[in-house]
Amino acid sequence: MKKSLGIITLFLAICIFTSIYGEGFLSGYNLMNLTQRTALFSILALGAGVVIVAGGIDLSIGSVVCLTGIMTPWLLVEHGWSPWSVIPLVLTMSAAIGLFHGLLITRLRLQPFLVTLCGLLLYRGIARWMTGDQSQGFQGGFEDVRSIALGRFEIPFLGDYRLPATVIPVLVIALLMGFCFSRTVWGRWLLATGRNESAARYSGVPTAWLTTGAYVVCSLLAGFGGMLFIFDTGSAQPSDFGNFYELYAIAAAVLGGCSLRGGEANVLGILVGTATLLVLRTAIILLGLGSQLEFAVIGGVLLLGIATDELVRRYSARRADRVSRVSH
Amino acid sequence: MPAASPDALAANTRAVLRVRDVGHRYDGVAALAGITLEVRSGEVLAIVGENGAGKSTLLKILSGVLEHSEGELETADASGAWSACRMQSVRDAARAGIALVHQELNLSENLDVAGCIFLGREPSRFGMLQLAAMHREAKHWLACVGLAIDPSTLCESLSIAQRQLIEIAKALSTEARVLILDEPTSSLSAHETARLLALLRTLRANGVAILFVSHHLDEVLALADRVVVLRDGKQTGELLRSACDRAKLEQLMVGREIVAAPPRPQRTDAAVRLRVRDLVSAHAKRQPVSLEVRAGEIVGLAGLVGAGRTEVLEAIAGITESRGYAMLDGKLLRGGAAHRVRSGVALVPEDRARNGLFLENSLAMNLSLAWIDQHRAAGLVRTSGECALVDRMISRMQVRPAAPHRRVRTLSGGNQQKSVIGRFLAISPKLLLLDEPTRGVDVGARAEIHAQIRQLADTGSAVLFASSELEEVLLLADRILVMHEGRIVGEFAARAATEIAIMQLATGGGCEAASMERASL
Repeated sequence: MKKSLGIITLFLAICIFTSIYGEGFLSGYNLMNLTQRTALFSILALGAGVVIVAGGIDLSIGSVVCLTGIMTPWLLVEHGWSPWSVIPLVLTMSAAIGLFHGLLITRLRLQPFLVTLCGLLLYRGIARWMTGDQSQGFQGGFEDVRSIALGRFEIPFLGDYRLPATVIPVLVIALLMGFCFSRTVWGRWLLATGRNESAARYSGVPTAWLTTGAYVVCSLLAGFGGMLFIFDTGSAQPSDFGNFYELYAIAAAVLGGCSLRGGEANVLGILVGTATLLVLRTAIILLGLGSQLEFAVIGGVLLLGIATDELVRRYSARRADRVSRVSH
Repeated sequence: MPAASPDALAANTRAVLRVRDVGHRYDGVAALAGITLEVRSGEVLAIVGENGAGKSTLLKILSGVLEHSEGELETADASGAWSACRMQSVRDAARAGIALVHQELNLSENLDVAGCIFLGREPSRFGMLQLAAMHREAKHWLACVGLAIDPSTLCESLSIAQRQLIEIAKALSTEARVLILDEPTSSLSAHETARLLALLRTLRANGVAILFVSHHLDEVLALADRVVVLRDGKQTGELLRSACDRAKLEQLMVGREIVAAPPRPQRTDAAVRLRVRDLVSAHAKRQPVSLEVRAGEIVGLAGLVGAGRTEVLEAIAGITESRGYAMLDGKLLRGGAAHRVRSGVALVPEDRARNGLFLENSLAMNLSLAWIDQHRAAGLVRTSGECALVDRMISRMQVRPAAPHRRVRTLSGGNQQKSVIGRFLAISPKLLLLDEPTRGVDVGARAEIHAQIRQLADTGSAVLFASSELEEVLLLADRILVMHEGRIVGEFAARAATEIAIMQLATGGGCEAASMERASL
């Protein structure tokens, strides 16, 4: 909680500012929409966070979202497969993509940036070729399966705000991840690997497997996220579905306190980081800044957030050292 | 305390730098206080003290890295007139004719030798490098330090000893009158050290003032004209070479006598725990190595830097792949490092910052990392057990300060080394491998580390360590194996070994196997 104080403050500040100066920010519909988008993007950001903690980077998230998001309706509608075979197949394929990245990085010792950059190009290309670059959608069907993303829970006394069902998988994943990092041996190992891979190896940590595992988790979550995104939107173009999503995911994870140097995890921070980015996006529209400015504003705020965070961290590290010196 | 009186010194020396009552506080805590000394041209002044005694702080102040908060610095110009100087940057120090040769070598590996020597001061005309002049000059300074290499050699292809000499050439090329060396021999072999000391003697004869910091009292006694001893940030003594000996220096440094360890019983009848046969590391195409370590035995690998000791240890630990085999208690060791740590093999690496420590993490995390796996319950960390373990290891290893949440980066070198060794002692390994167990560690901490290693061996574990310091090998080992060019060329029982005999084998002289090989060629 203490680690997330900065990002929570930033988040609240943007919320308060927008609700005062923007119209309709606090409307039930807008808040429900924001919750839904935050939940969907959180899944990607949590995946990106795991890889970043392990000291790596995954640029292919958006393309994996595209591939799985396009493949799901393509197999269901065009090929008439049953959801019970499509969903496991798509998830297995995502995990296999992660395994492929992980093995290239740990066994062939290729750089994560390059491997996943190639993945970024590769998977979108495959998605476009597979579907002949045609838009894919559910054409109004598959209501039952799509309710994973479209379901809403009524909450008393909140007016027309209804809680999106996507919040459930996000909370489950986030809690599981938080538990892993704080209490399990594997979580500790992943943190150690991200911090100093060589020292972790000397200490008996199976670093290659952990790194590979991190990429598997990341791609699996990207695949799962891609499926939820298409369930949510209903149809998509292979050429632009999931464009830049990896950058949102990475930005959210970093904003949430996962240093790109690796070895620092903050699950709550990732969630709040994602929410901050999406609120910012909405704020730009509600405040009438013009959507052309979207990327510029997000870039600026991100830079500010990271710089402040770094300065605060440096200050508090110095203080902590001083305190422990005096008390011992 | 016999202070150095000017008339006792050689006539050709002249004071060039005066330090008066200098002190420094970090966040209100005095790291250094009341230091008063004089640096003279044509003289070697050694500064000794344990880790954390304030040597580094003093060097940083003298070289302009750190600005002192108390006292005065004065320099003499060529005519002998004194003026107070404020050293706020390395540039100020350079202007005053002071150059520091760092303990960690900071050469830019992608530059050539000439580029390294003149980095930041490149001779240029209208922004164009004058390469010819640079190389000509570089050649001159290389000759001064006795290095016969081409100035266009890339720094990354040089050995550590050569890099050290280039650092010195770089310092000399600034026309420094005061040369400060921080632990210059910590990564050199005995042979290279001897050459470096000879070079420093030559420089002294040429009128350079040398300030020399070292943990190795032998070197200090061999080289210094005067010795200043620091302890806990204070000056505890200033002695002329003629007035000091080892015991006296140690006593001034530590403030207590270091008790020699009692002799250990011989282990010739104990069961063999580690059996290595024809091991060839894939890292270096070396000769096959075979050796054995018995239960409760401490075996030392002696040899020069590059003799292949690290490769043997890393191959046994599974860090690098290898051919041949290593057996622990009759079972073949397989797989990578993770697998072998689980079977009870631990390696304390040579480079603790790179391969040992998580510098930004807490002392607790560093101490418990290997333990948490051995004592996990269904994949979960036993957090209460972990806290108890950390407290236990801190008191057992005598890590100071005993602050589990403090970042390891802020600990002194000796305490950092204790925390790496503590991490592996926490899992009570059956076989403990140590590569340079006390590199850059002071006398007191070294004795404490050695005691812990002996204690582990007393429980029946096998210990195999490599050290470039003969003194340490003789002090710690029950049995000594000497390596030369990738093979084991000799073996001694510790009692029968002498430094001279080991050096002879380590340098390839007086070795039967080697001479036979030469005869057969």
